[in-house]
Amino acid sequence: MKTQNQKGWFFVLPVLILVAFNALIPLMTVVNYSVQETFGNNLFFWQGLDWFEQVLRSERFHAALGRQAMFTGIILAIEIPLGVAIALAMPRSGPWVSVCLVLMALPLLIPWNVVGAMWNIFTLPDIGLAGYTLNTVLGIDYDMTQSPFAAWATIVTMDVWHWTSLVVLLAYAGIISIPDAYYQAAKIDGASGWAVFRHIQLPKMKRVLTIAVLLRFMDSFNIYTEPFVLTGGGPGNSTTLLSIDLVKTALGQFDLGPAAAMSLIYFAVTLLVSWLFYTIMMRDEQ
Amino acid sequence: MAKVTLKNLRHSYYPNPKNPEDYALKEIDLEWQDGGAYALLGPSGCGKSTLLNIISGLLKPSEGQILFDDTDVTETEPNARNIAQIFQFPVIYDTMTVYNNLAFPLRNRGVDETRVDQRVREIAKMLELDNMLDQRASGLTPDNKQKISMGRGLVRDDVNVIMFDEPLTVIDPALKWKLRSKLKELHHKVNVTMIYVTHDQTEALTFADQVVVMQEGEIVQIGTPVELFERPAHTFVGHFIGSPGMNVLPCEVREGAAYFDGQKIDLEGEIGDVAGAITEIGVRPESVSIASTGLKASVRKATNIGRHTVVEALIGDFKIHAVSDNDDLEPGQEIHLKFDPAKTRVYADGWIATDQVAT
Repeated sequence: MKTQNQKGWFFVLPVLILVAFNALIPLMTVVNYSVQETFGNNLFFWQGLDWFEQVLRSERFHAALGRQAMFTGIILAIEIPLGVAIALAMPRSGPWVSVCLVLMALPLLIPWNVVGAMWNIFTLPDIGLAGYTLNTVLGIDYDMTQSPFAAWATIVTMDVWHWTSLVVLLAYAGIISIPDAYYQAAKIDGASGWAVFRHIQLPKMKRVLTIAVLLRFMDSFNIYTEPFVLTGGGPGNSTTLLSIDLVKTALGQFDLGPAAAMSLIYFAVTLLVSWLFYTIMMRDEQ
Repeated sequence: MAKVTLKNLRHSYYPNPKNPEDYALKEIDLEWQDGGAYALLGPSGCGKSTLLNIISGLLKPSEGQILFDDTDVTETEPNARNIAQIFQFPVIYDTMTVYNNLAFPLRNRGVDETRVDQRVREIAKMLELDNMLDQRASGLTPDNKQKISMGRGLVRDDVNVIMFDEPLTVIDPALKWKLRSKLKELHHKVNVTMIYVTHDQTEALTFADQVVVMQEGEIVQIGTPVELFERPAHTFVGHFIGSPGMNVLPCEVREGAAYFDGQKIDLEGEIGDVAGAITEIGVRPESVSIASTGLKASVRKATNIGRHTVVEALIGDFKIHAVSDNDDLEPGQEIHLKFDPAKTRVYADGWIATDQVAT
């Protein structure tokens, strides 16, 4: 009989424990809540899949999911092309490279709640630089707390300001890894600037852009802090994204069961979309 | 198709070159005939790729002119020069099929589709790519990818010059021979001027009718493979071409005769003016023979390389290689070496200093 060395488990154990404590056990707790009803005092009643059914049928959930999808769709549609465009415009060598890189990295270094607070003050109609300029100097009626459009414009602009850099840095890494010979060959082949982009730069950026889209999708789909600090979900419910709605349900109304069911559905949607996107993008690679 | 002329070409990568060392290319004057196969041979960093990029227009020379036939193209952009260049690493457009890759240079120039189709199929057949035209180019092997790069050069029928920048670097050794003979065959078929840059002497000597040997931004010799081997104009050429390379031995020149190790050495002809220069004798191992009289030497090593033996011998502290048929030489054995006078020359500061005797 072949003896097997079981020592490997010993080395994996610390990681298993760590993952169990910070991911598996909390997730299982959520699963536990999602199939039961509780009124506190550690009293639980079995509910089966009722909460899931309730959440999936709820118009409030549909609305929040719709707003969430719209937000993610808009920021992806802006940040990805804009990020690529900025990366293409950046110098590929010389002293300006590091200047550009540092400037690009700056927004990424700012904590999320600080970003929310900054933009909150920035857009105050009476004293904020942007708010005052728009209202008083340009005469555009702009108030985030009154107009849903203004609120949306602000959270989208804020996200673009905060996160386009990430796309830029990833796309730039993709661009500078292209050997000079490709550009030289394209020059000799008489390729136009568009053809160079379409047939050389874009294909070579495919992998990093896939990662960029995935990261931006996951982050923006789960975004909480910035819009919460900026608009608190208002005016009305107009900027109540999924995560804000979830926190309202769980902590505001203390509906732990439906909130747990909602979390799991939320998680499943994020996972499914990411997986689908990644699989489709990587279909052609060996 | 065109004759290529380079006139007083100099290039520096610095904005304000002062010393000769600042130049990657020092004073190049060359004429390449229409339809010839040429090789640029030299070690890495000798300026051969710089020269190639200047001819293709990817680099603008600091000084001098490039002429295709009699047209000055120094200021012309690469796409307007009607040249093709094949790079060290295969450049292919990943997302396109083999067919579209080959068609790309034609479509960019607005050639009509029926003509495109005809040319692509013709070239694909020539390169034996015709059974993979519909495949995506990204999944192919390096040699097929490199064939596509060549194909993109060949597909245009208005090409003046095709340039190869060490094109076989990433190719499997077993396929190198095949691709090289394919190239030679293509050259005969299409009859376009081809310039082949390499640091590999075998590649250069087998491909080209004429080889240009470069060192540190200068041309040291231009000649047929036989000329380069038989009469190197510079000790560098002697070293670089041939294996083992030419023997270079310090010598003293007195009253028109050369002395090495106290003995007078017979040469191919008269020694020119070598006053003040460092003088050396150059003789190829193939022209050194073991004889009963001559320079006294001791065998250090004898290596049988198949048809003959390469003998490494010492005269004093100087190492000499000889090629011999004698394969029972022992290390330490005393022998005498003789140089073939017709192939023994004096070099002054590296350059050949003896007159060639007409034969």
